[in-house]
Amino acid sequence: MDLGLAQNWFFLVIGLLMVVSSLVVVTSRNVMHAALMLVAALGGSAGIFILLGAEFVAAVVVLVYIGAIIVLFLFGVMITRVGVGRSNTLDHPNSWPAAVIAIATFSVLAGSAVAFFGDEKIDRIAAVRTSDIGTSIFDRFVVPFEVVSFVLLAALIGGIVLARKDPES
Amino acid sequence: MTIAQFLVLSAAMFSIGIYGVLARRNAVLVLLSVELMLAAVNINFVAFGRHMADPIAGGQVFALFVITVAAAEVGIGLAIVLLIFRNRASANIDELDALKW
Repeated sequence: MDLGLAQNWFFLVIGLLMVVSSLVVVTSRNVMHAALMLVAALGGSAGIFILLGAEFVAAVVVLVYIGAIIVLFLFGVMITRVGVGRSNTLDHPNSWPAAVIAIATFSVLAGSAVAFFGDEKIDRIAAVRTSDIGTSIFDRFVVPFEVVSFVLLAALIGGIVLARKDPES
Repeated sequence: MTIAQFLVLSAAMFSIGIYGVLARRNAVLVLLSVELMLAAVNINFVAFGRHMADPIAGGQVFALFVITVAAAEVGIGLAIVLLIFRNRASANIDELDALKW
């Protein structure tokens, strides 16, 4: 089979998986199912990154999102006890304004993307190597890298301070 | 592969995330929908970086930055949800009306 055709089939399967699992995330009546369907959506995005030749970003998505963030979410679900079985109080009573806003956003974004780019191809240059990303982070983007590491440190300390029991009470 | 198909996929995921943020009452589910929107942004970054054939891989580097900020956001957000649950015995965001006029 032609490589471009195989790529398009791969994209179709992964894209349908991502859209369907994202819909389950926002409509499911069970918080546990929503969190586990987010794993499928983010795993699909890792597949899209591999399709785009960004293997390092795909590996980071699997490690950080699926390995750490989802586990954190499951902790939050279990501690706040909203995930025990089905529940009918997870949504607002009428959600049609949200659906209208979402459909309007999608038509503006997708319509402008298609109108501007048409069927412009992604050229098949060699994929970016991981060593290029490392060189780029520590050369050109070293200041944002340090800033983002400071943000992570602040979030770590802030999370500990917020979640700690108050000693006076 | 065209660039537009990636942009349409990411627009679909972003709009689904917007629907989730607006329609959900539970704070944990709102945070899950925000994660969907951030994943859509990452797809856009990587697709444009590939499309422009960026020699310094700026798209992928910024996708990594977005992932890092998302991790920080989830940590702080879940700590806040935990505190709200501890104080109010509920994680529904429409019951948090202390700042309402």
